[in-house]
Amino acid sequence: MKDDTHNIPRTMPIQSATFTNEINAEIRRAAATGIYDIRGGGAKRKVPHFDDLLFLGASVSRYPLEGYREKCDTSVLLGTRFAKNPIKLDIPITIAGMSFGALSGPAKEALGRGASLAGTSTTTGDGGMTQEERGHSKQLVYQYLPSRYGMNPNDLRKADAIEIVVGQGAKPGGGGMLLGQKISDRVAEMRTLPKGIDQRSSCRHPDWTGPDDLEIKILELREITNGRVPIYVKIAGARPYFDTTLAIKAGADVVVLDGMQGGTAATQDVFIEHVGQPTLACIRPAVKALQDLGMHRKVQLVISGGIRTGADVAKAMALGADAVSIGTAAMIAIGDNDPKWEAEYQKLGTTTGAYDDWHEGLDPAGITTQDPELAARLDPVEAGRRLRNYLSVMTLEAQTIARACGHNHLHNLEPEDLCALTMEAAAMAQVPLAGTEWYPGKGGF
Amino acid sequence: MQVFDLEAEGLRALNSSLHGQAENTNQTHWEVVNPKGSHAIAVGLDAPIEVNVKGSTGYYCAGMNQQATVHVHGSVGPGAAENMMSGMVIVEGDASQYAGATGHGGTLVIKGNASSRCGISMKGIDIIVHGNIGHMSAFMAQSGNLVVCGDAGDALGDSLYEARLFVRGSVKSLGADCVEKEMRPEHIELLSELLIRGGCDAKPEEFKRYGSARGLYNFNIDNAY
Repeated sequence: MKDDTHNIPRTMPIQSATFTNEINAEIRRAAATGIYDIRGGGAKRKVPHFDDLLFLGASVSRYPLEGYREKCDTSVLLGTRFAKNPIKLDIPITIAGMSFGALSGPAKEALGRGASLAGTSTTTGDGGMTQEERGHSKQLVYQYLPSRYGMNPNDLRKADAIEIVVGQGAKPGGGGMLLGQKISDRVAEMRTLPKGIDQRSSCRHPDWTGPDDLEIKILELREITNGRVPIYVKIAGARPYFDTTLAIKAGADVVVLDGMQGGTAATQDVFIEHVGQPTLACIRPAVKALQDLGMHRKVQLVISGGIRTGADVAKAMALGADAVSIGTAAMIAIGDNDPKWEAEYQKLGTTTGAYDDWHEGLDPAGITTQDPELAARLDPVEAGRRLRNYLSVMTLEAQTIARACGHNHLHNLEPEDLCALTMEAAAMAQVPLAGTEWYPGKGGF
Repeated sequence: MQVFDLEAEGLRALNSSLHGQAENTNQTHWEVVNPKGSHAIAVGLDAPIEVNVKGSTGYYCAGMNQQATVHVHGSVGPGAAENMMSGMVIVEGDASQYAGATGHGGTLVIKGNASSRCGISMKGIDIIVHGNIGHMSAFMAQSGNLVVCGDAGDALGDSLYEARLFVRGSVKSLGADCVEKEMRPEHIELLSELLIRGGCDAKPEEFKRYGSARGLYNFNIDNAY
């Protein structure tokens, strides 16, 4: 570049890698408003993920199974440790907890319909169980959350499993929030709160702290449900080895482990992007905890946070998970961030794929809203069918990979089936860097 | 009268027997002996029965109670009557932390003192404490009434929603957004009824009322801590 007046060469304008336009915009927004940014979803930053792993496939030493003819089982039993009635799922992909309040009634119904058609479970969320949700979900997991909004023993007994939520991948150590725009009459009544207030959910349980108390809380829940249903403990990807160990020690039937890509209805952006570990980094420590206690496959491990494809399912299971759970992907399947709403996303100052102001209740797709007109845009029957299709495709994809690796059950996938594309992924997944027999942390390099 | 020896017959057998009582059961009076501080005694009941626990209990006694009257002739551990929906729980002795936590309905009477976080996140329950309560009581309390005939500890009613707090003695400190409020005739009337229900001989005029200033109901940077 040159100075046109004096014909003197000048330096190119250089954008700072530290003070990017995105960062600068956020500084200006913070300066103008005095409040942190709140949004929905999970971490958007790029972190090592399942894309950084590859399956090796069959070879001379491993023979594959015929793609469409030979059986490759996908069923899974959750809660075999103590529960009288473990949950039997046809596929190892469950629907994660999302609240009525955060999501519209039709959206919750669609999730129940889709999950039931696919032979899997869905999960309530903060705010209690709705009749529609129970009615349309063959297998429903009831979340037991710190807020206890809508919590009652009658619904507890209607559940097929109980999930004690200790943490959430998007915000380990944080409680939820549901802003006033979404506190409709019905939501307010279910949560025993005034209509229209910005509702905060507690970050920790009101009547227990620590693993010894948790053990007694699980005892109480088992007494109330007569030991009938499995008790899950959901933890965030904070300290996966220790948290898994303590959940097992407290008596969990199932550990649900949610990495930082796992979504939330609403929390501070700084929380989502800067607290917690990537899902990929959490699995092996959790599996090690299970193995160290002799509980791998006895206490089931469900992994969530950024599961999108059958390949992700297969990779999580190869690393030792018994099942996975999806939230954001399920929302996309039923219509969230669909390009057909682009004009409306533009009006909201965003674009398809980037819309994350779920807390505002203005979702053009009618999913993250309590506005009756917007919510009516979602046909729960059709949306449920889309979710079923998507779950079927994921399952077929995972089976394709498992057969190619010579396995007749998704649970037979193993770390030895994998290699990593990057050093980081190799270290986190503890599988060899492609072309080597080594990963960081393993001796002999 | 059904007498149940908890030590001999075990917790699951006790709770299963109590859960087995229908709305019209004629086994309406139960006595639990040898509780010996056990956890989760008489949890999840849902019938109009009376259970007398002859001794002290551990965690979560009478948790999630509906319809039943549970009378503890001793003290209770943490989380007594947690998430109670209806019915009545009476504690002759003291209560540990989180008494009546998240309770949606019913009445909890504590004739001794209650420890910290009494009535935390209460959602409609009425709690009447004859003695004192500890710190952080009625934290994020949403609905219902907390009556304290003695003193209250630090940070009473922090981040309170619409629950009403009545304290006869001193309050060591109020929590965020909790303020003293005018005691109007309707509050005197309400408190009179609560005191009668709780078996207290205190006079309602001796109490002060505390409630939410409603300053934290919507996010405001000036309210941040």
